[in-house]
Amino acid sequence: MKPRAILLLTTLLIAGTASLHAADATGLGVPKSVEAGSAFTITTGAASKAVLYIVSPAQILRRDVEPGASVLIDAGDIHNAGHYLALLVGPSSTEKAEFDVVAAGQTASVSFLAKPSRLPVNLPEGISGVAYVFDALHNLVLNPAPVSFQLSDVGGATQTRSVATRNGVAWVKMNSAPKAGAAQFQVSAGSVANKRVVQQVPGDPCNLKMTARRSGQRVVLETEPVRDCSGNAVSDGTIVTFTQTYQGRSEATVDVPLKRDVARTELPAREGSVISVATGVVMGNEIRLGDVR
Amino acid sequence: MTGRLLALTIVVVTAALITIGTLWPIQSASAMAGLSPTISNASTGSDSPQAAAQTLMQLISQRNWGAAYASLANKREFSETEFVRDLTGSYASLHTYATLDGFDVNPLNAGSSEAQVQTNLNWSSVVGSFQDVRTLRVIKAGDRWQVVWPINREAKVPPQVIPVNYLRWDVIYRGAEDDWGSQDVESPHVRIVAMHPVDRGGGTVILGELLNEDVVPAFVNVKATLVAKDGSAIATEDSFERINHILLPKQVTPFRVDFRNVRLAQVDNVRLEPTSILVAASADPVIGVESQKLNPLPQPSLTGELVNQSGQVVNITHVLGTFYDNKGQIIWVSDEYANRALLPGTPSAFSVSYPADLADKINNYRVVTSTFSVSRFQ
Repeated sequence: MKPRAILLLTTLLIAGTASLHAADATGLGVPKSVEAGSAFTITTGAASKAVLYIVSPAQILRRDVEPGASVLIDAGDIHNAGHYLALLVGPSSTEKAEFDVVAAGQTASVSFLAKPSRLPVNLPEGISGVAYVFDALHNLVLNPAPVSFQLSDVGGATQTRSVATRNGVAWVKMNSAPKAGAAQFQVSAGSVANKRVVQQVPGDPCNLKMTARRSGQRVVLETEPVRDCSGNAVSDGTIVTFTQTYQGRSEATVDVPLKRDVARTELPAREGSVISVATGVVMGNEIRLGDVR
Repeated sequence: MTGRLLALTIVVVTAALITIGTLWPIQSASAMAGLSPTISNASTGSDSPQAAAQTLMQLISQRNWGAAYASLANKREFSETEFVRDLTGSYASLHTYATLDGFDVNPLNAGSSEAQVQTNLNWSSVVGSFQDVRTLRVIKAGDRWQVVWPINREAKVPPQVIPVNYLRWDVIYRGAEDDWGSQDVESPHVRIVAMHPVDRGGGTVILGELLNEDVVPAFVNVKATLVAKDGSAIATEDSFERINHILLPKQVTPFRVDFRNVRLAQVDNVRLEPTSILVAASADPVIGVESQKLNPLPQPSLTGELVNQSGQVVNITHVLGTFYDNKGQIIWVSDEYANRALLPGTPSAFSVSYPADLADKINNYRVVTSTFSVSRFQ
């Protein structure tokens, strides 16, 4: 590019910037900060008809401006929090001003992420809760706000933690209870609350034990009520596998779901065979059929 | 020039094969096409034991039940309905929806008034083919031969009430209108508890076992990727039907993934990805697997009886056999579908084959089943 062209372009840029700055200084008046959803006025020093544009990443407004008139922005017209740019575009010049729209101070809703939805009992810091605090127009409330998390298990025991939001977010980690059941996990911020259900489920079975009783040519096998190491009844439907072996080789197998805490089935009563019981990777006792009456 | 010659050769060979197939069709093909000169007078018998058996098989393949029944020597012993039920099953099962794909008739012995032939019926179904082998007695009535049908009357369950403490899981999933923070129900946690890659038949086979360690039912699958020494993926396959897809809590399923064209020597690593989805499921029916035993060569198989311990008729049963060596390592997984419905409390035979060369290595085995019942969806 030739030096003369560069000089011309630079001159135009400086002139344009000076013009914008001058226009800004002469009349476009905006508040420095506005609460989202509230009404406010923008004053203009326009000498002729102009158009006012209010621009943000989420919203654009356009208003026609009469010479010298102010522009009233109605309540609810600007509802997204963020940084805004006001441009007054006239026939010969453009004025510019910047302002911030902030979330209303009051919490109107809380979004609540609780994870996981299902976990074993007695797990330290196994449950995480994250709360996002919003105003009535769904803007994240960035000012610190107190949030309370409550985890209530089926036995009535409650863990409570209170934390302040940081940049609109508050989070906690909590322990799963020793008692299985559906725990209510609630978050409260001001007058609003949100609730999730966290299933606290029994752990692996402890002391799996079965008994056997002859019934003609069959042997009736039944486990004792299957419980985990905290004494919780293992969930119904859990598969218990009964395996009958004779001289080391499998003769019969049956996968039985727990119903009302016990698994029950029948196998052929073969003398000398050995019946074992297992669930998942947990082994139970063995019974030699010669010993059963 | 070479292309034209090749095209001409293909046309000539095709025409020759069509001509041969039309003039001298194989038994099964002619039966399927209804080209049987003996069918019209089948009820009066045939002029040889083998012809009598063959005519009967042709009529069965055409599902011409009336003519097949009429051709039998012992039709007074059972009704036509019982005969049809013997062939297609009393309850909806794989047999009901299978078609006869072909058959063989082999004479075993023959006398002046009585003979024995063995028939091998190949049925085809959506999950593969299965065979029904029957030994038929053929007797001479006058100057004609007629088949004595060995009727298998399916067991009937007497009318009764079987109390079942019915247990099932239903799932409420996240809805479209739920708050964005509302999490969906967690997928079941599953774990691979055993894995063994083997080189077999010019390919690689991945064998293993998968455990549902959660408290909810899972729909599971296993995807395997073979990785070369340079870290690149050689091939990816999944277990398809060689797995029990619905796993109840703490249930273990075997799985097998076949890579037909990759030698194990090419493989440096195997990446297994089990997937699980929370699904609604039922804990019933319970199927006991009894009287299991290994049968030696020449047709090595694991046989036994399936006993439906619930009150619901099971229409289709998938049987998966896991075979272990003396160290407890999995050395094979195979599967079969039972082609007859399982009636409550009524034992039904099953057979799962395994490769002959593993006969000496198999020390133990485990059988699991998965079931399908039509009534579950009514």
